[in-house]
Amino acid sequence: MNAADWTVAGLWLAVIASGLYHGVNPGMGWPLAVSAGLMEKSSRALLMALWPLWAGHLLALLLVMLPFALLVSLVEWQRQIQVAASLLVIGFGVFRLLNQRHPRVLARIRPTQLGLWSFAVAIAHGAGLMLVPIYLGLCQAADLDAGHVAAARLINTNLGMAVLVSVAHSAAMIAAGGLAAWLVYRYLGLKFVSRSWFNLDAVWAASLIAVGIIALVISLADGSHGQAGA
Amino acid sequence: MTIRPDPTFHASPKLAMEAPPENFAYTLLLSPDFSKPDALAVIDVKPGSSTYSQIVHTVTMPNKGDEFHHFGWNACSSSLSPLSGHAFLERRYLIIPGIRSSRIYIVDTKPDPTQAKIHKIIEPEEIFRKTGYSRPHTIHCGPDGIYVSTLGGGGKDGTDGPPGVFIMDCESFEVLGRWEIDRGPQTMHYDFWWNLPRDYMVTSEWALPPQFENGIVPEDLLSNKYGHRVHFWDLRARKNVQTIDLGANHQMALEVRPAHDPAREHGFLGVVVDTTNLEGSIWTWWREGGRFHIEKTATIPPEAASKEQLPPLLQGFGAVPPLVTDIDLSMDDRFLYVSCWGTGEMRQYDVSDPRKPKLAGSVHIGGIVRRTPHPNGQKYAGGPQMVEISRDGKRVYWTNSLYSTWDDQFYPAGMPGAEVMANAGPDGGLELARDYWVGFPDGYRAHQIRLDGGDCSTDSFCYPSA
Repeated sequence: MNAADWTVAGLWLAVIASGLYHGVNPGMGWPLAVSAGLMEKSSRALLMALWPLWAGHLLALLLVMLPFALLVSLVEWQRQIQVAASLLVIGFGVFRLLNQRHPRVLARIRPTQLGLWSFAVAIAHGAGLMLVPIYLGLCQAADLDAGHVAAARLINTNLGMAVLVSVAHSAAMIAAGGLAAWLVYRYLGLKFVSRSWFNLDAVWAASLIAVGIIALVISLADGSHGQAGA
Repeated sequence: MTIRPDPTFHASPKLAMEAPPENFAYTLLLSPDFSKPDALAVIDVKPGSSTYSQIVHTVTMPNKGDEFHHFGWNACSSSLSPLSGHAFLERRYLIIPGIRSSRIYIVDTKPDPTQAKIHKIIEPEEIFRKTGYSRPHTIHCGPDGIYVSTLGGGGKDGTDGPPGVFIMDCESFEVLGRWEIDRGPQTMHYDFWWNLPRDYMVTSEWALPPQFENGIVPEDLLSNKYGHRVHFWDLRARKNVQTIDLGANHQMALEVRPAHDPAREHGFLGVVVDTTNLEGSIWTWWREGGRFHIEKTATIPPEAASKEQLPPLLQGFGAVPPLVTDIDLSMDDRFLYVSCWGTGEMRQYDVSDPRKPKLAGSVHIGGIVRRTPHPNGQKYAGGPQMVEISRDGKRVYWTNSLYSTWDDQFYPAGMPGAEVMANAGPDGGLELARDYWVGFPDGYRAHQIRLDGGDCSTDSFCYPSA
């Protein structure tokens, strides 16, 4: 594998790792699956609750990523877009750090609307934003491979990449969350819900800022290389 | 904001029962003639302690005439709701409304209950301005803040518009506004509680302020003008979905006690008096096929008495009504405690079969006619009133006062504040503890009790015990 391959592998690893991180965070919904299982006294109800949680998370990722899929097709603006995206993620992280209050509108969602809940929570916490810099890196790597191709094909490639990243991330997320829910439901008991729950708000905000800064540094470094080469 | 959830938050009622027992009982003190400021008493309930059953700290308010009644926590086990995704509040502040002044005190119980102090005071004008309601009463910690029920609407006598529920922010204690979007036919209010995962609320009716503030109005009672309906609400939609009339003779539907286990969709309601026969009654409500149902499942008969034994208010009846003024359900949803404030009896019903309550235990103390003394020999004025059960279900605490002006009508000889405790057997049975007797300062009466770490009428749960 050459350096570019390692970069791509690293980026995919980040997609999966962030999915696992989102999944084990109780704030992203696995306790809801436990509750569903216990209320209906059936492990099937637990599994059924995972679907809407997964779908809501996936939809939230796509909603954030698709506009970027179209934007990065403007190849000549790619660097500016990457810098802007990094700043956006850093900005949102700072906002989450300073304002750790939960949007009150979340409390109006019914216990039966798991999909909507998962979607709203992912949007409110910037789960999709966290993936944008990683996604842009993957697009860039793919474009380098493809060389200069027609804009239409590039859009398709980028859209395809957005779907792939979202599906891979949310699959990792629901696998980790589902496993946590199942362990608590079947073996660990409800006491684990309060014991395992850490206040991740600050850590979460810091994760957003970190991802943004790393992406910013890389894109600025790439930019200066590019200019030196030209 | 904490890093871990408060250790007094429990995912299920079963976990709450297994947690360490209470060390302190908070009790509201009121000055019935408004000559002194109301207060919060902190009582040591730790067995073996040198100050056991004594007041170890008092928070005295800076105003007079608040009339303390009910109170509650800023946060409870409902904070572990998987929907709120936000378990990092602390059970720390007591929210204490004055039902006469409409003022709300926020009392900080940390770092130690014996150092409790006033944290914030919300003046009545803020509540009037932001909600159009007055006379705040029941407090519950809910999904989007602290829920407060009120007994009055706007205007001086609280009859300008219906009373309802408003919401306060659980961290800043800012009054946010009315809860209801569609109240349907609801025009009176008293208690409320809910089933959070099943997403419904239940509310009850006492009376409008002119019917209680200056004492009970006998003509209104005899013409069945006090509350006699129960309302069921869609909690998230904030909408009244069903109102059931218990029949106009069932006057004053007060305490609402849903099963703590959210998988159970039933609960209980106490009715003070049936004007056709002076009975008190217990009602069981349940949800089936998306609709709510309610039926009378237990009655408590009046006791005959001669005219000279009775206060002027009751002399025409020749009997003393039981007056079911409070009920409370144990954490395992097995025993329902029923205060008979008129006859001076605390009843314990086994409600394992919710629609067939079975009398399992009883203790007599006080009463208009019986005037049973405490087993320690102390005279107990009034009857069993506000009742609170320890989370483990082993200890049942209660006080003797109902409401300043009503106390004077039913117990004109006076009512020094008293708080007692009874031990409950694992399979029923109730016996007063000889060594638990709280004496209060002269001129004060005692009302609701809250136990540190939560109790059976504060905490609501989002996971079943199974």
